This record gives sequence, C-alpha cells and structure tokens, in this order.
Amino acid sequence: MDFVAVALPALGDAAGLILQPIVLGYLVLGVVMGLCIGVFPGLGGIAGLSLLLPFMFGMDPVLGLALMIGMVAVVPTSDTFASVLMGIPGSSASQATVLDGFPMAKRGEAARALSAAFSSSLFGGLVGAAFLTVFILIARPIVLEFRTPELLMITIFGLSMVGILAGRVALKGIAAAGLGMMIGTIGEGDSAGELRMATYDMPYLVDGLKLVIVGLGIFAIPEIVALLRQDRAISDRKPLGGGWLTGVRDWFSNIWLSVRCSIIGVIVGVIPGLGGSVVDWIAYGHSVQTTKDKSKFGSGEIRGVIGPESSNNAKEGGGLVPTLLFGIPGSGSMAIFIGAIALLGSGNIEVGPSMLKNNLDITYAIVWLLALANVVGTLICIAASGGIARLTTIPFALLAPFLFMIISFAAFQSGQNLMDLVALFAIGFLGIMMRRFDWSRPAFLIGFVLSNPAETYANQAVQIAQSRFRKGFEEGFDYIFSPIVIVLIIITLLSVVVGLRQAKTIMAEGAVESGAKRAPMIFLLVVLGYLIVAFVNASMIPDYAAADRVFPRFVSGVAIVACLILLVQMMIRPETHALFADREAGDAETNAHGLWSTLAWFAGLLILTSLLGFILALGLFLFAFIRLRAGKSLGFSALYTAAGIAFMCLMAGLLNRDFPPGLLQSYMDLPWPLT
Amino acid sequence: MKTFNTARRVAMGLVAAATATLATEATAGGHGIDLEGKTVEWVIPFSETGGSAKWANFYAPLLSEALPGSPTVVVKFMPGAGSTKGANWFQEQTYDDGTLIFGSSGSTQFPYLLGDPRVRYEYGDWNVVLASGTGGVAYLPPDLAGMMDGLDATALQGTDFIYGSQGATRLDLVPLLAWEMLGLNVEPVFGIKGRGDGRLMFERGEANIDYQTSSSYLSGVTPLVADGSAVPMMSWGALDADGNIVRDPTFPDMPTFKEVCDATPSCETSGTQWDAWKAFFVAGFPAQKMVFLPAGASADAMATYTKAFEDIKARADFAEISSGRLGVYPQMTGGEATGALDSATKVPGEAKDFVINWLSERYGVTLN
Repeated sequence: MDFVAVALPALGDAAGLILQPIVLGYLVLGVVMGLCIGVFPGLGGIAGLSLLLPFMFGMDPVLGLALMIGMVAVVPTSDTFASVLMGIPGSSASQATVLDGFPMAKRGEAARALSAAFSSSLFGGLVGAAFLTVFILIARPIVLEFRTPELLMITIFGLSMVGILAGRVALKGIAAAGLGMMIGTIGEGDSAGELRMATYDMPYLVDGLKLVIVGLGIFAIPEIVALLRQDRAISDRKPLGGGWLTGVRDWFSNIWLSVRCSIIGVIVGVIPGLGGSVVDWIAYGHSVQTTKDKSKFGSGEIRGVIGPESSNNAKEGGGLVPTLLFGIPGSGSMAIFIGAIALLGSGNIEVGPSMLKNNLDITYAIVWLLALANVVGTLICIAASGGIARLTTIPFALLAPFLFMIISFAAFQSGQNLMDLVALFAIGFLGIMMRRFDWSRPAFLIGFVLSNPAETYANQAVQIAQSRFRKGFEEGFDYIFSPIVIVLIIITLLSVVVGLRQAKTIMAEGAVESGAKRAPMIFLLVVLGYLIVAFVNASMIPDYAAADRVFPRFVSGVAIVACLILLVQMMIRPETHALFADREAGDAETNAHGLWSTLAWFAGLLILTSLLGFILALGLFLFAFIRLRAGKSLGFSALYTAAGIAFMCLMAGLLNRDFPPGLLQSYMDLPWPLT
Repeated sequence: MKTFNTARRVAMGLVAAATATLATEATAGGHGIDLEGKTVEWVIPFSETGGSAKWANFYAPLLSEALPGSPTVVVKFMPGAGSTKGANWFQEQTYDDGTLIFGSSGSTQFPYLLGDPRVRYEYGDWNVVLASGTGGVAYLPPDLAGMMDGLDATALQGTDFIYGSQGATRLDLVPLLAWEMLGLNVEPVFGIKGRGDGRLMFERGEANIDYQTSSSYLSGVTPLVADGSAVPMMSWGALDADGNIVRDPTFPDMPTFKEVCDATPSCETSGTQWDAWKAFFVAGFPAQKMVFLPAGASADAMATYTKAFEDIKARADFAEISSGRLGVYPQMTGGEATGALDSATKVPGEAKDFVINWLSERYGVTLN
C-alpha cells in the first residue's frame, strides 16, 4: 500500500475531525471521568465504559469516540496512583509498577515516582500512536503471522520472567509460579469442560477465580495488613520537596529504556489473545536485565517504574490494532469499546477487516485521539501528583478501612457474589503468608495470569500440529518451528539463563531476615499438600478429556518436585539460610499490632456482610474500626462512617451496581442500597 | 435430585398456571402499567463483552423511549457458569412492579435442553415478551470451496478439517453436527473464547472451516469474501411460518444446509439425525435471544412490554438502525414470541437423546 497516497489524505481528514473545540471538550471530559474511576484500584476501563454506554446511542461518532478514548487512554495512567501510593496494582497493567514504585513512596519519594511514571506513560502513549500511524497500514499480514505456536512461545517468554522475579531462592520462585498456575486452572477446563478442583455444588469455583480478585488479594491485602500492623503512615518522612521535577528528569535520563519498553508495549499489545496482562512484567524484566547495578530493584529503583509505565500506555495503542483491524478485542474494555462503536451515529462504523478501507479517517482519528488523551491525562496527573502524594503521610489506620471498602466493592463487581469476598479474603491470606515467608508474589501472579493462555495455546498448538503432521512431516515441522518461534525460543532461553544468574541480587520485595525453621516449613508443607491434592484431582480426569488433564498434572508435578527439593534443603540447611526467610522475625519491633487481631477486623467485615449485607456491615465496621483501632472520637468516627457510606453509594449508584446481600436480606426486602 | 427437580417443576407449573388464571382475570380492566420515574433493570447473564450485551445495548435506549413514562432502562450483567448462574437467579425472582426483565440466549437454552446439572430454571415459568432471531453461515477457504461439486460436498469428505470451537455443548453443536452429517471429518480445536477468535484462526490459516452468526458474518467475513480469502459454503437457513427451513432472508443467494445435505448423497434430510439437528437449530437460532418478565407477571405488564417492543419495531428507522446490528431477522412479540419460545425450548425426547448420546460418543461429554 502506498503510504503517502493513502495515509496522508486520511491523516488530514482525521486532523480535521479531531481539532474542533467541541471534540476536544468531550475528550477532556472523558479523560477527567477516566481519571476519577481509574484512581480506584480494581475499577478500570470496563467500569468506566459501562458508565458511558447508555449515552452512546445515536451520538455523533467523533464526539462519542473522543469521550470513550479519553476514558480508556487515561486508565493505565491513573491506576499508577494506587500502585505507587498504596502498593495496590491499580489494574492489570500496573502490576509491575508496584515493585519499585511503592518502596519509593515509603521512602517519601512518591511524587518523584509518580511523575517519572507519568512522563513514561505519556511518552509510551505517544510512541504507541506514532508507531501505529505507520504500522496500521501494514499490520494485517504481520498480525496474521502470529499463529498458535507463536502465541504459545510469547506466553512462555512471559513465564520466563519468573526467572528474574524468583527471588533469592530460585526454587521457591518456581514453586510460587507453579502454585499461581494451578490456582489459574481451577474451574472448568477450556478444552473438554472437565472440572479441576471444583464441583458443580460450588458454582462459584466452576468459573475459576478472576484476575481482579487474585491481583488485589495477593498484592493489596498483604500490604494493607502489613502497614496497618505498623500503625504509621505509608511514608514516615516528609515528602521530598520538588520531587515531581526530579521524576521528569529521571525519566529523561532513562529515555532509551523508555523507548525500548514502549516498543515492547506496542508489539505485545498488537498481538491478539494475550491482552495486556504480561506487558508490564516483560518490560520490568527488560529493565532489570539492562541495568548494570541491579541491587536496588525491589527497594525503589526508578528504572523499575519507568519500564512498565512506558509499556502499559503504549500497549493501549497496540491493542487497537486487533480491535480495529480484526474486530477482536484485546481486552475486556476493548470489547465494550467495539460494542459502543456500533451504537454511535447510525451504526455505520463497522469495526473489523473493512475498517481500513471504509473508515481510514476514523481509524486515524482514533489513533490520534488516543495520543491527545494521553497528553491531557498526563498533564492533569502530574499537576495533581504533588498533592495526592501527601496521602502517604496520613496515618494508615485512617486510610485502611477506606481502602478495604473500595477493594471489597471492586472484588464484588467481578462476580456479584458473596463468594467474591470470601475468595478475596482467602487469596489475601495466601498473599500475607507468601509475603511473610518471602515467596515471590510477582512469580505467583505471572503464573496465574498466564496459566490459561499457556494451557489453551499448548493444547491447540498440539492438536493443530498433529493434524499437520498427518499431512506430512515437513508441513508439521514448518508449522511449529516458524522463524518467529525460533527467534522467540532463543530470546526466552537467554532471558532464563541471564535471569536466573541475576535473580539472587534482585530482591523484588526487599530484603527479608531469616527466622526459625518451623513456620516456613509448615507453610511449605501446606503448599505442597495443596499441590498434591490438585495433582491427584487432575489425574482423576478420564481419558476422553485428557486435554484438561495434561496441563495441571504437568505444572503441579514440576511444582511438587520443586517443593520436595526445598523440603530436603530445609532439613539440611541451618536456620540462618535464606530458605527460612520470615518477616515476622525481622519486623517484630516495628509491628505494633499482631497479625491475627488485624486479620480479625477484616474477617469481621466478611462475616457481618454475610449476615447483614455489605452496607450495614460496612457501617458497623467503619465506625468500630475508627473508634477502637484508630482511637478517634465518637463524632469523628460517625462522620467518617457517613462519608464512607455516602461515597460507596454514590459510586455504586453511578455505575449502577448492587452490593453483596447477607442473610438478613433473604428474610426481608430492604430498599437500595441495603438490598 | 432428579425426582426433586421434577416435583419442583410440577409445583412451579401449578403456580404458574394459577397466576396465569389470575392474570387473565386482571386483563379485563387492565390498561398497562406506568413506569414513570422508575428504573427498569435488564439482566443479561453474560459479561459486558458478548453478543447478548450488544443486543441488549441496542434495545435498551429504544425500550426506554417506548415504555410508558419513559423509565430509565439499565442493562445489568450477571455472568457466570455459561449463563446458568444468571438464569438460576432469575428463576428465584418474582414479579414486583415490572421493573425487572431478563435476556436469555441460545447458550441459556442449550444447557436447559441437554439437562445440564447446573440448570435450576424452568422456561415454562417465565413470560416472554420478545424473541429475536438470527442465522449462521459456514464458510471455507477458496481452494476447498472449489472442490464442491455444485452443492454436493462429497468431494470434501477426504479432507482433514480444523475448526476453532467454543465447546461441543454450546451453539457450536449445530455446525459440528451439520458437518458430520455431510460426512466431513472436522476436528474441533477447543478453548476459543469467542467466535471472533475462531475467525482469526481461519484467517491465520490454522482452521480451514468456520461459521459465524449473521451479524458477525456481515461485519467480519464479507470483507474476506470480497478479497477472495473465504467462500461461503451454506447458511443454516431460516424458518417459514409452517416451520420449514427456507433460505435465510439476510443471505437469499446462499444455499441452506438443507439444500447442501439434499445434494450430498451421504446426507439425509429425514430421520432421527436430521430431526435432532433441526430441533437444535430451531432452539439455537430462529429464537436465539429472548426477553422475559419473571414468573407471575401481570397481564398488564405483559401487554405494556409487548406494546413497547411492537412500537420499537414500528419505528420508521427501525429497519435502518437494526439491519447492521441484528441482521434482517424477525423480532417477534406476542403470540409469535410465545410460539418461538415453545419451539426453542421443547425439543422432542428422541432428538435430545440422540444429541446427548452423540456428544458422549463423539466428544466424551457427559452432562451428569
């Protein structure tokens, strides 16, 4: 396709479409709404777009696009707030930002981390848009080169990042990733519909656990509980003055890293089927590998923020390629985006193969609206970062109940089932234990996220390859070992070797002292026990559904071997070895409260919810917590409670969501929001 | 469990019959319900991303305009267990003031028909106010399509086909059974997340046979047909007023599966296998998506909603705004909708047994 002849007029048309005051106004409106929603952990593009959907019908296409793109584009920027300030992954795109961003916030450098992150986001977004402008015209044949074996190899490449994030004891990292993958296989198998570690008597488990719940449980709850036990603010220092300018300078001095990670983001985003959940990990791995002094990663290395943040906004641009050119959504929010486009105007924009021929101007308008939204969003975020960074100086006992409220609400939105809260609590407890015994939580999350693609692509690739081999050896061989696959295999091998060699120096979650033998051993035995049960459970799947059996058996088998070796090592090694890492030993003097009493608060919220429904339970919880734990006056507690509940109702009202009902609600009909 | 369910269904049936009698009495003085200032919740048992979401989002603003008092109509998503979770939930709801409606799909119908153990709902209890039809088209790569002798697919019987499938017990049952009847050796590759992924697999050359529902065919495959990388093989067809399979009005130039089957010597358009295919096609396509009021809905509410959907259909611009989104298919209300519900949820026992047996023999799927 002749780029100049085709693209330039369309680019001109697109500029004409966008550069009108009213379009820009809608864009800003979308950005502001996206910011308001993206700031809260667990609520992202899906929640935001659902909010806009009712207004899309018959709306002028360009205005509607401006509103929606403004909203979608800013989510990976604004979710950085939660990741950096609270240590909670704001969305799947910011998981890796937590690793170094949060330690910086604890050091009082929140503003610096935020502004470095926002600069990277902006840059990534612009690189993504620029790249797309050219690439979108030639993308179709390239994207079609990524068949199942290539997708499988990219998934495996993503998994190889576990090597870097495994921590001091590589085997523990492997076992953690294996456990994550096994948790990911819970529910109905994709190939034959056999149940793994679930029964039809517990319908909740049949669908498997949702990423929102696992992400919040494994990262957010352990951090909140840990901070709460120390009973102080997130940062015990005054915010460093002028931090946000330093952040921009940090970004600029690492601009090449930012360029490379942006390109990684676009490329992974372009490939349909993987979505964005691995992009940030790959970028983080790349940042680690290309940094000379690796010792600071995990304790506040600015490059660990710049890498993932550059990639996650670029990914949004890349993700538009499968969405627009193939009509295949790269993520949940893109799926709604497609649906919403059909509502616009008279429905004559048809996302899919005809997009480039019939709507090239609209396509470019979308790409450049995305770039503009990034600029607007980043400017607002940078302007706000200094102020918002002060959140880190508020006593955590005041912040924690609010966070718990938001997280519970977000978790409940994923399945609208009380079981969502139970699952959140259970995974949260697992997260607390993994944090305590220094089992790599990033490795666990990578395993969980990639479990399903790894299994599906492996099964499909094997099945299709078998069919090709039946036709002839050469055809099968060509199918599996395409040039792209071979290149990916080489990159993966290099990454694993380099990663494992360096893993020992990278404390992805900070240094941990070693404690006594007993507690770490018990945790290992519990994990081992679960893996063995899962192995046996998978083995019982009958032969005709073998496709659902192979993957969990293989993964749990590997993880069991890793655990057994660990067990033997634990028996031989002395108590001072890194194997016996136990945060309770090191943090004993900084913890003002016990683990169990802190957990009991949240268990209380859960039990109350199951009895009285969420809102009533929340009222009691907030009031009691502020009064008893934070030690504030009755009046303050009442005010806090009222504000919290009002906020929750406003949020749920806007998004048109319900709250978890309890036992009480099954006996009585109560008006919303008590239902 | 089985007896319990049966007993429960009988009991439910009685309750439904009783309410129906009451409802008829109420009609006498009924003038419809006024929903001014209220919010109608339209529960969709799928996620925000599926075809049912598109369908509901299309109708929601129109319904808001058409209902008396112009209530706000919001679409609520309640995904889980392939829509049986939401349907089970709806079964527990009783009619209150007409502000709750439910949208089911073929994926809700199939588990019900096949006796999936998770199904705790009973279509007989619900009150249908709209039934939306759709169709489907199977297509091939050009080289394979060229091997067909007119409508006779016999020459394709030696080819190894790969098909990206969402699962043999889902709507994919209809194409898989159709291809098998034609004697094609189609190996389904499971684990596809949506039909769009199946089309992508076809475009990548990994799958060499595929099908799409009508609206996805129009948007996703027509351009491929235009540039010569796909050729339509057949449509599933549509039903005429007498229940015969005729050409799909959206694709009048395309032969139906019935025609292709007739022209292929090894395929029979009569007998148990054909009846089973037809029964499941009827359950899955001509009345694929339906809107229900909960058990015990008053005749007034039924009349109000039926009128609202009729008004939507009567809009001057309805053909224009719906053709691209829903395809040219009947949007049935009133008696038509009830008839469609009947044919979609009452499959002859023989057809059901055949399919259950076929699923377990061919794919090892047992639903108990």
